[in-house]
Amino acid sequence: MLELKNIYKTFNAGTVNEKRVLKGLSLSLADGDFATIVGSNGAGKSTMFNAVTGVFYVDSGEIILDGEDITFKKEYFRSKEIGHLFQDPMLGTAPHMTIEENMALAYLRASKGRHGYFSRVSKKDKAMFKEHLRMLDMGLEDRMKQPAGLLSGGQRQALTLIMATMVTPKLLLLDEHTAALDPATAEKVLGLTKNIVAERKITCLMVTHNMHQALTLGNRTLMMDAGNIVFDVSGEERSRLSVEDLLNKFKDNAGKNLDNDRILLSD
Amino acid sequence: MSQIFTVSILQSALELGFIYSLVVLALFISFKILNIADLSTDGCFTLGCAVAASVTISGHPVLALFAAMGAGVLSGFITAFLQTRLGVESILAGIIVNTGLYTVNIAAMGFSANLNLFQCDSIFTMARDFIGESSLVTGGWYKLLLLIVLILVAAVLVTLFLGTRLGLSIRATGDNAAMVKASSINPKFTITVGLCISGSLTALSGGILAQYQKSCDINLGTGMVTIALASLIIGETLIGTGPVAKRVAGVIFGSCLYRFIVAVAIRLNVPAECLKLVSALIVAVAIAFPYIKENARFTKRKYTEMARRKKGGAA
Repeated sequence: MLELKNIYKTFNAGTVNEKRVLKGLSLSLADGDFATIVGSNGAGKSTMFNAVTGVFYVDSGEIILDGEDITFKKEYFRSKEIGHLFQDPMLGTAPHMTIEENMALAYLRASKGRHGYFSRVSKKDKAMFKEHLRMLDMGLEDRMKQPAGLLSGGQRQALTLIMATMVTPKLLLLDEHTAALDPATAEKVLGLTKNIVAERKITCLMVTHNMHQALTLGNRTLMMDAGNIVFDVSGEERSRLSVEDLLNKFKDNAGKNLDNDRILLSD
Repeated sequence: MSQIFTVSILQSALELGFIYSLVVLALFISFKILNIADLSTDGCFTLGCAVAASVTISGHPVLALFAAMGAGVLSGFITAFLQTRLGVESILAGIIVNTGLYTVNIAAMGFSANLNLFQCDSIFTMARDFIGESSLVTGGWYKLLLLIVLILVAAVLVTLFLGTRLGLSIRATGDNAAMVKASSINPKFTITVGLCISGSLTALSGGILAQYQKSCDINLGTGMVTIALASLIIGETLIGTGPVAKRVAGVIFGSCLYRFIVAVAIRLNVPAECLKLVSALIVAVAIAFPYIKENARFTKRKYTEMARRKKGGAA
C-alpha cells in the first residue's frame, strides 16, 4: 500500500543549522498493515509522516501510495487518500464550525468523485454522521449544532478520528494522537482507533512513546533512529518480544540506548 | 425629538442600509470567514460604481450590475493572486490593488472624476414602471421593496453557498489553517474564490448605489472599509454569533442600524464634513463596546466580592 524508497531529507542545507533528518529511509507497508513506530528523540518519525503527507518535498527517493507515485504531488492532493492525526487535538477540527459542519466538510471533500464544489450534505448524510458519533459514546450525537471549539481535547481528537476515517482512507497516520489526552480519554480514543482500523482494514502507521502499545497494537513494530528504521519486527517473533527485548534490540541495532525522554516502559 | 425619527428618515436609512449591507457581507466573507484583512474594499466599491454608471449611461441598467460584479470578481482575483501566488502580504496586496484601482476607476468613468445618471433608466425606474400606479410608487416605497428583494436573494445565496463543500472549505481555511493543510483543501484556491465573491458583492453594492443616487464620484468609496467594518461589528455585537444564517442577518441589521445612526447624526445638524469623524467614532465605540462591557462586569464583581469579604472578615 505504501512504499518509501531511499528517502533523503535535509533541512537548512548548506547552513550551520543543517540537519540531515532522513537518511536513505525505506519502508514497505502491505495492504492492511498496522505498524507502530517507536524511536529516540529526533529520529525522524514526524518528518517521515510529513514527507508522506507532502508538507515538504523530499530531496531524493520515491513515495508510492497504492501503486501511484506521489513524490511530487501537492499536499492537498495527497490528503484526499491519507488521514493524518496530530498530537495536538486542536489541529484536526475547525473550532468555529459546528460538529455537523466539520463532519460535512470531511465527508464531502474525501468522497470527491461523487461530490462537486456545490454539493451539500443530505438529511441521510446527517443521520449517518450521527450514527458515527454514537459509536464514540461521548454524547456528541446530541451536540451536532455546537461549535467544535466547545469540545474537550479528547472529544475533539475522537471527532478528528471519525472525520479522518468516515470515508475510508488508503493510509492513516497517527502521530502520538493520544499523548496529549488524559489517561482515561486516551484509552478510549485508542480503543476506538483499534476498532476502526481493524473493522475497515485501514493501512495504518502510528507513532507512540508507549513501549507496551508499540508491541501490542497492530501487527508490526518499527524502531527508528537517526533518520532510519533500525528494527522491524512482525508476526510470531513480535508476539514473543517483551518490552525489555525491544529495548535490547534497539541497543543492538542502533548502537546506543533508546533516549526518548517521554518513553513509557509499562502500560 | 419627534422630528428626529421621521418615517422618511427611517426609509432612506433602510434603503442605504440595504445597499451597503452587500459591502458588509463582502467584509464578513473576507474579514470574518477567511480571516484576511482585505483593504481593497474602497477601490472595489468605486470600481463597481464606475463600471455600473458607465454601462447604465449606455442604456443597460441590469447588465450594468452584472458588469459591476464581473469587475469586482476581477479585482478580488488580483488581490488573491498577489497574496497566494506572488507572496505579497495580504494587507499589502489589498492596499496595492486599492491604489491601482484609482486609475482604473477614473478610466472606467471615461477619465472624468464624476458621472451623472439623471436621464438614464435604472433598476429603480424599471421597478417603478413595472409596479405602475400605486401607493408604493407615490410614497417612494418601491425602491425599498426592490432593495429588500435584491439583498434577500444575495443573502440567501451566500448562506446556501457557505453550506456547500466549497463554502465549508472556505470557512475552514480561515478557521484552522493546520486542518486545511491536512484535509485536501487547497488554501490558495479557497482564498481566491472567497475574495472573488467578496469583490463581486462589494462592486455590486457600488453599482446599485450608482443607480440609486443617480451619480458616481471617484471618491465615493473612501472610508468604505471602515464603515463596513463598523456595521459588521455592530451586527455581531447585537445579534451575536451562531449559525451562518443568523450571522448574515446580523450583517444586514448592522448595516441598517449604522445608516440609521448616521441619519440621526445628520438630523442633529452634524456638519457634513464631520461625518467621517462620526463614522470613525462609531467604529471605535462599536469595536470597544464588548470589551468595555466585559471589563465593567468584572470590575463590578470584583468590588462587590471584595466588599462582601471585608464584611465577612470582620464578623
